[in-house]
Amino acid sequence: MSGPRIVVTGMGWVTPLGHSLEAVWPRLVRGESGMNRTSRFDARTFPTTFCAEVKDYSIAPFVRDAAVHATAGLNSQFALGAAAQAWKQARLHESPASDLRRVGMYLGAGEGALDSENYVATNIASWNESQKRSDGAVWIAEALRRMNGLRELEQEPNMPLAHLAREFGIRGPASNCLTACAASTQAIGEAFEQLRRGDTDVMLAGGTHTMIHMLGVTGFNRLTALSASTGDPCAASRPFAADRDGFVMGEGSGMVILETLEHARRRGATILAEVAGYGSSADAYRITDIHPEGRGPGAAMSAALAQAGIDPRAARPDGRAPVDYISAHGTGTTENDSIETLAVKRVFGDQARRLAMSSLKSMMGHLIAAAGAVEFISCVLSMQNSVLLPTMNLRNPDPTLDLDYVPNASRAGKVDICLSNSFGFGGQNDAVVVRRFEE
Amino acid sequence: MHSSRRSVVVTGVGPVCGFGVGAEALWNGLASGGTAIAPIARFDAHAFPCPLAASVPADALDVLKLVPKSYRKATKVMARDIEIAVAAAHAAVADAGLTTRGTAEGQPPTIPAGRVGCHIGAGLIAADTDELSGALVTCRRPDGTFDIGAWGQAGMQNLTPLWLLKYLPNMLACHVTIIHGCEGPSNTITCAEASSGLSLGESRRVIERGAADACLSGGAESKINPMGMLRQHFAGRTVTPGAGEDALGLLKPFSTSSCGTVLGEGGGLLVLEELECARRRGGRILAEFAGFAAGQCGADTLGQDLSGAGDDVAAVINGALNDAGMKPGEISAIVPLGSGTSTSDAAEVAGLRQVFGARLSNIPLVTIIPAVGNCAAGAGALAATTAVLCLDRQMLPARRAGGDLPGVDASPCAARSMPLSSVLVVTTSLGGQITAVVFRRAA
Repeated sequence: MSGPRIVVTGMGWVTPLGHSLEAVWPRLVRGESGMNRTSRFDARTFPTTFCAEVKDYSIAPFVRDAAVHATAGLNSQFALGAAAQAWKQARLHESPASDLRRVGMYLGAGEGALDSENYVATNIASWNESQKRSDGAVWIAEALRRMNGLRELEQEPNMPLAHLAREFGIRGPASNCLTACAASTQAIGEAFEQLRRGDTDVMLAGGTHTMIHMLGVTGFNRLTALSASTGDPCAASRPFAADRDGFVMGEGSGMVILETLEHARRRGATILAEVAGYGSSADAYRITDIHPEGRGPGAAMSAALAQAGIDPRAARPDGRAPVDYISAHGTGTTENDSIETLAVKRVFGDQARRLAMSSLKSMMGHLIAAAGAVEFISCVLSMQNSVLLPTMNLRNPDPTLDLDYVPNASRAGKVDICLSNSFGFGGQNDAVVVRRFEE
Repeated sequence: MHSSRRSVVVTGVGPVCGFGVGAEALWNGLASGGTAIAPIARFDAHAFPCPLAASVPADALDVLKLVPKSYRKATKVMARDIEIAVAAAHAAVADAGLTTRGTAEGQPPTIPAGRVGCHIGAGLIAADTDELSGALVTCRRPDGTFDIGAWGQAGMQNLTPLWLLKYLPNMLACHVTIIHGCEGPSNTITCAEASSGLSLGESRRVIERGAADACLSGGAESKINPMGMLRQHFAGRTVTPGAGEDALGLLKPFSTSSCGTVLGEGGGLLVLEELECARRRGGRILAEFAGFAAGQCGADTLGQDLSGAGDDVAAVINGALNDAGMKPGEISAIVPLGSGTSTSDAAEVAGLRQVFGARLSNIPLVTIIPAVGNCAAGAGALAATTAVLCLDRQMLPARRAGGDLPGVDASPCAARSMPLSSVLVVTTSLGGQITAVVFRRAA
């Protein structure tokens, strides 16, 4: 790979299991669950009555002046907390970047949560039963009376960028992508490419999302994508298990600081890991289904590995598998887990059985647009702590899925090279290779 | 400019706007000095503060005619924004002379599927009000309130199972990549008016670094629906005419009395292609994609009031010129957003003044929003397409309104021929993202 080397110098997250690297990591190692009965709205009669909410969270400990962000929706709030942790870990507050126009942002932030109550009330009030349609004049009168402009503005997916720019003074290139569940892996990948091109010295990259609101859950329930388990919510997310029945909705944010090695050195930053490769593809297959051979996911993984100079079919000189660990997309839907397994086998051949692959979603649920960034961070923590995180709730293995999913308990292991996968509903696939930094 | 980088050119355009679909419709509309802005007919909008918009005429966009037979069923889950993107892709691919799965099923594509990327800027897609309200109302209690328990139990069944898929912003790219068989990198940028510019910049990077040889790139959006219009009204972006006042007359970009924009629907996709790839296949080169830069405005107002962001706009323009290896003096014309919203117009003019100095008064600003409305995530794609067409035709379209600020060339005028070597496209967004693209006349 030509061009500058790109390193990770800061990380932070706000998740259903806690709001700091230090609080969440041991819980992941212990295989704890972030699931709860849904509290953000009354879901008691919904097909799915549980999710993984961020609990007891406030931006106050993270930002300089919470009043500045008083209008922030949950997306922006989660993003501020995660980004502040990353900024601090990168010591950008003490040893700042020389030029804030050379600091950019690339987020995969979802749309903000709907103001369901007022939106629903407006729609209902406007219904004209005899004409079987909404009355335009009533709709606008009700909407102007009930809805709040700032709350509507916060639903725009580019508002987290505005809040982060306000907090950190960032003036460089700013993008937000929304490729469903692939968004924040894509954001990290594209941020990496902007740095490699020389457009910026530092990038704040990651994602933030909540879809835990009435119409968000309705949408996924209608698609039958969510687990409708009636048992213990903590056992509902069962990636790679024979009895998996869908994903569990999570929420939160993951943010990282990426920078060129040269810039990190110049300001004396601690280097946490190196981003070595990124691959992106489109399935271009069907609206609702993944290509049955995992064509798109395979292309994304292959491209990321190739850029990192890794031959997926060959063991490393010391005999280890070409990568130590794959952070799976691993949603717990029948289709994803089968096809992801197949795609990994097609890319890695005989080496596939020699590597470990697990799904964080078994513990945190699916953070949708934010999932990839949180999973990327867990890869770096696995390297730092020499621990492979588990796939929990894998008591009833699917006999057709025969890779090492690190079932039910974490285990010690040297982790130097990780691949983090994210595949979006709609067919966008992204994979990033992150590895231990060596001179 | 790095000579080692792969060069990127524009080989096709597929604009969609109130004048219709395709380059001829856009150019003829802009050149005529007319406007597509009119009272909204699609739904009863008379009670909205601004009841006007530039809608794509129904007879100009029949999505059923634009997709292969095998894909007709999928048109049922296309929100308006998706239909616009599908029409834009159809027009762009035809304009570039490309064979794809969408133009000729079963024939080999001009460019292999894995080498074609797709980047489409998109906005929040509003749920169809009649469809959603009709489902919600099944759970209305006698007192008029909503019974969420009944909704969870049964009411939600009144929504089609694929309901959510109409409204995910990445479904624009999803449908376009399926129809045309684009398996390379694909992304959906959601930064309001800056979405298209950011998509164009990303497509260029993807081609430069060799991850694709061509990309469909741009953006599309329709805010001509109750939620879309409401949000823009709340944000203070759209004009609010008083009783008996003509909303269209209030739309005056770069004017001392600018007081807001009028929405449109549309956007477009451009075919960006690696220079050698285009040459090998004998593709017609409309313009060279010479430079790009982006930035975020100083966001004391969270990107809502950009009036103090002139420095940021200037930095982005200078970045794009630098990326192109060009000096300000080499720019022949500028396509700004020019939405008519006074604060973003002010930022654009301040930035342009910083970069171009006194010479700004001699560089034509091409203002298209009085003709096609502010198409939000599609606005930058229409601006970029206009710039490319200006270079290709060595002409400037007419201007309709506004432009009485001192020191800018933006007042009403007819279409005219003009030698043009390079055109700058500058777009600012609600949210504070800024993009600048430089197109150079094809060699």
